[in-house]
Amino acid sequence: MPFITVENLEYAYPAHEDGGEAFTALRGVSLSVEEGEFVAVLGHNGSGKSTLARCLNATLTPTAGRVSVGGLDASDEANTFEIRRLVGMVFQNPDNQIVASVVEEDVAFAPENLGVPPPEIRRRVDAALRTVGMYEYREHAPHLLSGGQKQRVAIAGVLAMAPRCIVFDEPTAMLDPRGREDVIGIIRKLRDENGVTIVLITHHMDETLGCDRVYVMNGGKIEVSGTPSEVFTQVERLRSIGIDAPETVSLLYGLRLAGVDVPLSALTPDECAAAVADAYGKRVSPADSAD
Amino acid sequence: MLRDITLGQYFPGNTIVHRLDPRTKLALTVCYMVALFAARTWSGYAFMLAVLISAVAASRINGKTLLKSLKPILFIIIFTVVLNVFFTAGDDVLAHFWIFKITKQGLVGAAQMMLRLTMLIAGTFLLTYTTSPLALTDGIESILKPLAKIHFPAHVLAMMMSIALRFIPTLIEETDKIMSAQKARGADFESGGLVKRAKALLPILVPLFVSAFRRADELAEAMESRCYRGGEGRTRMKTLVMRPRDWVALAAGAAVISAVYALFRRLP
Ligand SMILES: Nc1ncnc2c1ncn2[C@@H]1O[C@H](COP(=O)(O)OP(=O)(O)OP(=O)(O)O)[C@@H](O)[C@H]1O
Ligand SMILES: [Mg+2]
Repeated sequence: MPFITVENLEYAYPAHEDGGEAFTALRGVSLSVEEGEFVAVLGHNGSGKSTLARCLNATLTPTAGRVSVGGLDASDEANTFEIRRLVGMVFQNPDNQIVASVVEEDVAFAPENLGVPPPEIRRRVDAALRTVGMYEYREHAPHLLSGGQKQRVAIAGVLAMAPRCIVFDEPTAMLDPRGREDVIGIIRKLRDENGVTIVLITHHMDETLGCDRVYVMNGGKIEVSGTPSEVFTQVERLRSIGIDAPETVSLLYGLRLAGVDVPLSALTPDECAAAVADAYGKRVSPADSAD
Repeated sequence: MLRDITLGQYFPGNTIVHRLDPRTKLALTVCYMVALFAARTWSGYAFMLAVLISAVAASRINGKTLLKSLKPILFIIIFTVVLNVFFTAGDDVLAHFWIFKITKQGLVGAAQMMLRLTMLIAGTFLLTYTTSPLALTDGIESILKPLAKIHFPAHVLAMMMSIALRFIPTLIEETDKIMSAQKARGADFESGGLVKRAKALLPILVPLFVSAFRRADELAEAMESRCYRGGEGRTRMKTLVMRPRDWVALAAGAAVISAVYALFRRLP
């Protein structure tokens, strides 16, 4: 059984008291996430990605349809707390998710809420800070850290809760390239070494390389889904809903339009380079390219 | 320019004063205040000044830093002193004009009030300089905990304080940024009368408030998704422990109060 199952999920933001209408942000979303999977969710602004994320950890209760996490029904209020423990959330703005004025105190926040005994909290906090490479900063004030470092602290804060899945809602949107690289590296490491299930919402195609499944959202629905090569090769369909394919695929697509016989499914820059070289029949031997 | 604010700042250190339990330090501060207001003679003030100076010395806090921190409060001190000079009743009139009388009692009272206030504020600053804000809120929460039985929201209060402390630097930074942005567009915050300056601040306050509310919203969501549901069933990573040194310090505090009551209560 998948770890997370979403069936015909609908969600409408209730109407404002001072007029305005209810807004249906999700219109029948179905997906499933297996334990240990790395899933990417793409979609342009307002397509409902964050709303979906909020439904995955019971922050929002579905208007219709069903969300189940680890066999627990997310619509049942009795499960809310356990679901939040199982599915951690990392948000876009690192400043607005750090609670305490000392790094280690912030990381301790979730286990403290869970009522974990103090020595165990200490152990979890140290382990989480080591995992994200922020152990040396444990006694620092968060506001003096860089954006990338703050986001790593935020990840540690979720890790200390010992969740089985972490949902990242555009975790790199406010970071510089260096911070982005660090954070994406940590996300991959969490999946590969700690076996944490990952749901990554992002605008950056390159961050989705190496994921197991991609869901592309549009207007509150899932428009395209499948493995990265299945999804990203549908260049025209993606463009029609405002999403650019990864640069590698765009390049290959352009070459194909120009009449060069290359496959579209070479996603990483290395694969893409090999495909182009192949098409031109001039494969450079590895020994030559080394210098 | 906003970064110079030292109010409520903490200077990390490893002295005995730093290592005392925050509850001990809170209790000692209260003892110090009580003693300060109980003292009525000049030798009493000298004694309290000695107590303050030895505490400052033990904490290795720079005396100059402490004095500088009094600057923002200077106005309040002067105001109180002036009130005291003019409105203390007495019969030893030194000068008299219109409805005001300056009496010897008034001058003495004003001088004493100034000493008291300065020492009072210096003492409380010493508390915040040597205790991390987090430890301080933990201490306050722990002291107020028994009141939870009568539904006093001790945990909520402590959480609010620690979040406020966490966001003060963030909001100061943001204010700085907004101000520079407005200055770059020709806004002027440094000249003109009070009304003009207040008006110039409006374009800063509005975006600041908007962003503060957005932050509050996002923080609340982040806290809930990290399983926050109030103080019930919550544990702490660092639990407060009273050590022998805390009891010794408390005994010393009690001794200071007793000494003041025994020796320095005679009215001048
Ligand atoms: N609290 C709310 N109340 C009412 N409508 C909302 C609320 N939050 C979001 N919406 C609306 O729901 C729709 C989907 O929003 P959502 O935040 O899920 O989009 P998103 O895909 O995460 O976009 P972005 O890429 O900008 O983060 C948007 O049209 C938005 O205006
Ligand atoms: Mg979003």
